[in-house]
Amino acid sequence: MGYVAVKGGMDAIAAAEALVMHAPAGDVAALDVRQVLTQQRAVVDQAMGEGSLYAPLLAALAVKQAEGDTMESAFLLRAYRSTLPRLGYSLPMDGNTMRVRRRISSTFKDVPGGQVLGRTRDYTQRLLDFTLLEESSRQSAVGSRQIEDDTAAQNGSAELRSTTAEPPVFPKVSAWMRREGLMPPLPAESPEAEPFDITRESIVPPFSRSARLQSFARGESGVMTAFAYSSMRSRGFHPTIGDLRVGEVPFQITHPLTGNPVTIGEVTATEVEMVGKTGEQSAGKEGKTGGKFSLAYGFVFGQNERKAIAMSILDGLLMQQQGDSTLPVQDAEFVLYHIDGIEAQGFVEHLKLPHYVTFQSSLDRMRYVQSLVAAQKEEARVTR
Amino acid sequence: MSLAELISQESYNYAFLDEQSKREVRRALLKAVAIPGYQVPFGSRELPISRGWGTGGLQVTMSLIGPGDTVKVIDQGTDAGVNALNIRRLVERTTGLPTTTATEAATIIQTRHRIPEQPLRADQTIVFQVPLPEPLRLIERNEAVTRRMHGEMDYSRAWVALYEDIVHSGTITRAAGYPALVNGRHIFSPSPIPRWDLPKLHRAPYLSLFGAGREKRVYAVPPWTSVAPLAFEDYPFAVEDMAGRVCERCGATDVYMDEFIESDSRRYRCSDTAYCDAMLNARQAGDTEHIAQLRAVTAQIAAQHEAVIDAR
Repeated sequence: MGYVAVKGGMDAIAAAEALVMHAPAGDVAALDVRQVLTQQRAVVDQAMGEGSLYAPLLAALAVKQAEGDTMESAFLLRAYRSTLPRLGYSLPMDGNTMRVRRRISSTFKDVPGGQVLGRTRDYTQRLLDFTLLEESSRQSAVGSRQIEDDTAAQNGSAELRSTTAEPPVFPKVSAWMRREGLMPPLPAESPEAEPFDITRESIVPPFSRSARLQSFARGESGVMTAFAYSSMRSRGFHPTIGDLRVGEVPFQITHPLTGNPVTIGEVTATEVEMVGKTGEQSAGKEGKTGGKFSLAYGFVFGQNERKAIAMSILDGLLMQQQGDSTLPVQDAEFVLYHIDGIEAQGFVEHLKLPHYVTFQSSLDRMRYVQSLVAAQKEEARVTR
Repeated sequence: MSLAELISQESYNYAFLDEQSKREVRRALLKAVAIPGYQVPFGSRELPISRGWGTGGLQVTMSLIGPGDTVKVIDQGTDAGVNALNIRRLVERTTGLPTTTATEAATIIQTRHRIPEQPLRADQTIVFQVPLPEPLRLIERNEAVTRRMHGEMDYSRAWVALYEDIVHSGTITRAAGYPALVNGRHIFSPSPIPRWDLPKLHRAPYLSLFGAGREKRVYAVPPWTSVAPLAFEDYPFAVEDMAGRVCERCGATDVYMDEFIESDSRRYRCSDTAYCDAMLNARQAGDTEHIAQLRAVTAQIAAQHEAVIDAR
């Protein structure tokens, strides 16, 4: 065997990998995945949503492995997801069937079912809690869940359920608005017979709404927040939350033998219905609203209200008629091609790869242009 | 599912992707071969390496390889690049196939931004990792519009952009990833290979496949297809100037060189490390015949550089 340029590289990769898994300082107890699952809920939920894989335990594992890096956590889940066979499709989920733990509406002070604050940091004072420095154990999740269920049970429309054992029902504000003629009725059938599947096909313009909503559902939370914010800040776009709810939605499939719907589990999710003056209705005659509000939609895994709200804002913006696009975020391509965190981080960070060959090629052109400039100057000097 | 059960699932499918996904990629590739230079959308899957780090090329490679294949992976010309090593390690881990650094020993060569100097044979396939498949993106950011432009062969703005470049800088400053017309029909991006390598694709005897994972497109240059870099008669296509550069390691000349900077001097080494290794080994062994063969390669490359200019 003669000279081979390949040397040392594999050792370097192995060493870098080993360094990643080393604790930076001293021996500390390894973080238990269950601790991550129960005490780092926000990042676990974010990873599930952006990884587009509903698997709380695996998401917690991803968060642990990625040391809390949200994009990396989502990426680990996404890569794992690629290896899973597609066994089937669920039946459409309905937010009305959600076992609600938190529900608010900003449209009316009192809405059917009531306002249930539930678990939220919204009205906490952002003061560092120094008692957590020496916290030795946490109140069990079961206990706090009981508080949530009780709170929800005290609300909800009593008249809409037959027994107290059934979960409380929270009718949608949008349903009332449709009845009142403030919002157009739902179409008799879905405009898309079969939803687009962005995990199986590449999205190509013009994008169907199902493709848009799927792209949003796994979009990067920070990017979507910024995009949504840009429409609010620079154009005063300000829709109103008709319904924001967090809870468990039954997950149903068609039974392979009986053909009947059967519930096989539930998914914790955040659902937002956003009431606005944009949306599918404004795409009607002359782009006018016709005195009706429109509805935009957000749905994400886990409790990630910020992203669900941002999603509904972006959904509303992209339902507007094309041609009115004065903001970057009204351009469907701009939004949909840039909200995926896994794609964005990968391409931005690829700049760390060697570019010796391509840079050498640019250098060649730069030096040549310099020689042209020098020759021009010389010519000017001589002629003068 | 318990944690222990999960942990036991270390084994992945052959070549990582499930068979259905691989078939889908192959189907897209068949379409790509049928329409040279046309970008075929495909349902790009996430891989355990980052988007933008070769996932498109890897999906193409993984969809094609099987028993009997030998894989070579290069990054910016070298088998030793850490990203090339990492991709090769993934191929080895999920297929158990042999890999090689020798260009002539490979059946499939996955590359980031170089074509080996050693001419490839008809029985070899080269797979390019592509960051931005759309050659018109620099002049038109809207995908719906660029797709229409390709459909109608409406390339006037691409020509105008080249003209404007000349007006601004006195020459065409497009460096790597130089756009070319394939089969007289589609303008395509050859991926950011240096201009040095672009003429190698013109009427090449081998199949060139291009995979853009993040952008979810594949395209192809089938064997013996014309590849004509965009240029004007009075501003012809020009490759990087490597004249006078000598590899300090193997003594080669007239190949694409990496430049090493020092305070007062410049040093050069072959960008293609497999070529460099072969030359160095031939010299050490005093194998004059092999040295002559390697030298002949550079004459062939120079001839290709001439030929592509005439191809217009």
